[in-house]
Amino acid sequence: MGSTAYISLKDVVFSRSGRRIFDGITLDIPRGKITAIMGPSGTGKTTLLRLIGGQLRPDSGSVRVDGHEVPRLKRKALYALREKMGMLFQSGALFTDLSVFENVAFPLRVHTKLPEDMIHDIVLMKLEAVGLRGARHLMPSELSGGMTRRVALARSIALDPELIMYDEPFAGQDPIAMGVLVKLIRDLNSSMGLTSVLVSHDVPESLSICHYACIIADGKVIGEGTPEELKAHPSDQVQQFLQGQPDGPVPFHYPADDAGKDFGLGGGA
Amino acid sequence: MLDRIASLGRLGLDIVASLGRSGRFLAGVLSGVPRPVTGFPLLVKQIYAVGVLSLAIVVVSGLFIGMVLGLQGYTILSDYGSEAAIGQMIALTLVRELGPVVTALLFAGRAGSALTAEIGLMKATEQLSSMEMMGVDPLRRVIAPRLWAGFIAMPILALIFSVVGIWGGMLVGVEWLGVFEGSFWGNMQSSVDFVDDVMNGFIKSVVFGFVCAWIAVFQGYDCVPTSAGISSATTKTVVYSSLAVLGLDFVLTAVMFGDF
Amino acid sequence: MAQRTIEIIVGLFMVAGLAALLVLALQVSGLSPKAAESTYTLYANFNDTGGLTPRGKVSMAGVTVGTIESISLDKETFQARVKMSIHSEVDNIPADSSAVIRTSGLLGEQYIDISVGGDMESLQAGDTFYSTQSAMNLERLISNFASGK
Repeated sequence: MGSTAYISLKDVVFSRSGRRIFDGITLDIPRGKITAIMGPSGTGKTTLLRLIGGQLRPDSGSVRVDGHEVPRLKRKALYALREKMGMLFQSGALFTDLSVFENVAFPLRVHTKLPEDMIHDIVLMKLEAVGLRGARHLMPSELSGGMTRRVALARSIALDPELIMYDEPFAGQDPIAMGVLVKLIRDLNSSMGLTSVLVSHDVPESLSICHYACIIADGKVIGEGTPEELKAHPSDQVQQFLQGQPDGPVPFHYPADDAGKDFGLGGGA
Repeated sequence: MLDRIASLGRLGLDIVASLGRSGRFLAGVLSGVPRPVTGFPLLVKQIYAVGVLSLAIVVVSGLFIGMVLGLQGYTILSDYGSEAAIGQMIALTLVRELGPVVTALLFAGRAGSALTAEIGLMKATEQLSSMEMMGVDPLRRVIAPRLWAGFIAMPILALIFSVVGIWGGMLVGVEWLGVFEGSFWGNMQSSVDFVDDVMNGFIKSVVFGFVCAWIAVFQGYDCVPTSAGISSATTKTVVYSSLAVLGLDFVLTAVMFGDF
Repeated sequence: MAQRTIEIIVGLFMVAGLAALLVLALQVSGLSPKAAESTYTLYANFNDTGGLTPRGKVSMAGVTVGTIESISLDKETFQARVKMSIHSEVDNIPADSSAVIRTSGLLGEQYIDISVGGDMESLQAGDTFYSTQSAMNLERLISNFASGK
């Protein structure tokens, strides 16, 4: 896809406290599409988003976002680049001491010098887009989990970013809230022309909205392509993940000593 | 045995590393030029949180400590027939030592632990992270106002503590035990020096305020973002602040009042 | 709470702090606003200053009229030379007055008491007291008494 890639990772190696999380990941994320990054829990999907956002630096390899080499950016340039990114955190990460309205207004107040009435209008527009215009006076503690995530989504699109990253948007949501979020992500992408990166392990929801998907396991990309291509992927590991089989190439048991030895049987010597 | 030595060494390295982190952290917080327009309301809000809300405990403790000093001082001094020196004793004890030290200990327990828990929780709920992703530096936006607020509020609290304590001592000494009011104040005024006693006590409280606020915000920022991590960070804030205050108090007292 | 209310409360808090500082300055340490009042300097030589310290008071008839500035050793006479600053309004101390070191109470701090003479002339700035009386040394007094001298 070459020139249309908005984000491209090349041979990224990253390890934390002695454990190697990524072992040479190469991945292109196309501009203006929804890309799903899937993988079992604990494979560092969130870490990948933090690498893209420049909160973490890879040990080696390159992370390019919109033509900028993120790990080498100076502080100021990095903060400028982040203004073009929105990120939806798993917990929503709303500021608990501010109301819904002020939460959405926060990036506008910090990064723009817009007059108060304009901020008011923009915030209401963004809240309208997620269907929560009526909730603007509530405090974050008064919101349900799904509403929190929608407010956070409104906040991350307040500055009209080019890229939006969703960290596990569907985790722990009831079916209705999940349906709302799926619809929102799809609508936002098509109406605003955003590049969306979706990190999730909810296979059916992710595959239903993404244009392109890739599966990460053991620090490597084990499969990528369109949802149709993935469903027909030859790798057993990919199939096990997509179909949710309990045992397969990824074993049910955590690596352990021989069971007989652990229980004090066998051996006998 | 070898394991123990190794773990001792690791502990030492951990301590040095955390000192280094806290130094870098402080540099990061202070390097930002405060922006008066957006920064000022944040600062005022934090002074309210750490200063005004600590006022009640500081005033009540000050009053009682002053009253106890009055009673104890009277008992001891009346043996020598010099009850009139009670004013001098109360004022010097409070202004030089108890004002700054006790206020700092109360401050660490009341405001410091709250700061740590608040920042730790913001970290655990990814608020700091999300701020960073919005292109806002949490060190400047969240940490700096809290650090400055502690630095400003603590000396004010210590001054109020001393005044309330002296008033409490007078209440017991003059109103209750019947020390002549003129000699109470007169003795005090002839022995308390503004620069040597009041200002030195003030300098102590400034130093303590800075150290307590620094420890509190650093422990919050550096904590492990889990409930266990936050609770241990809060404990550390109180323990480290208290130790730092008492240790620094000895050093400062030696420098200010010692004869070298 | 509204930002405005918080601002006002914090403002009051700062004012309370300032007031506390003022109380400590004026009421507790007795710093009077006219602290910079004009003074003139007098000297006195003593054989023994005992526990006299700078910042100690100088009084006449029990009324404080000045403070001790510094105490130094005169290397020629091996006497202690005490520099005092006396309030300007007390400008008629008779020239033959003497400076006496006294102790307030039995164990209290020591101060200089000016015992007034009868001369028509008065001491001028920079003058030295003609006669002085050194500190009463309790230890020496007792040993003198014990050895019967």
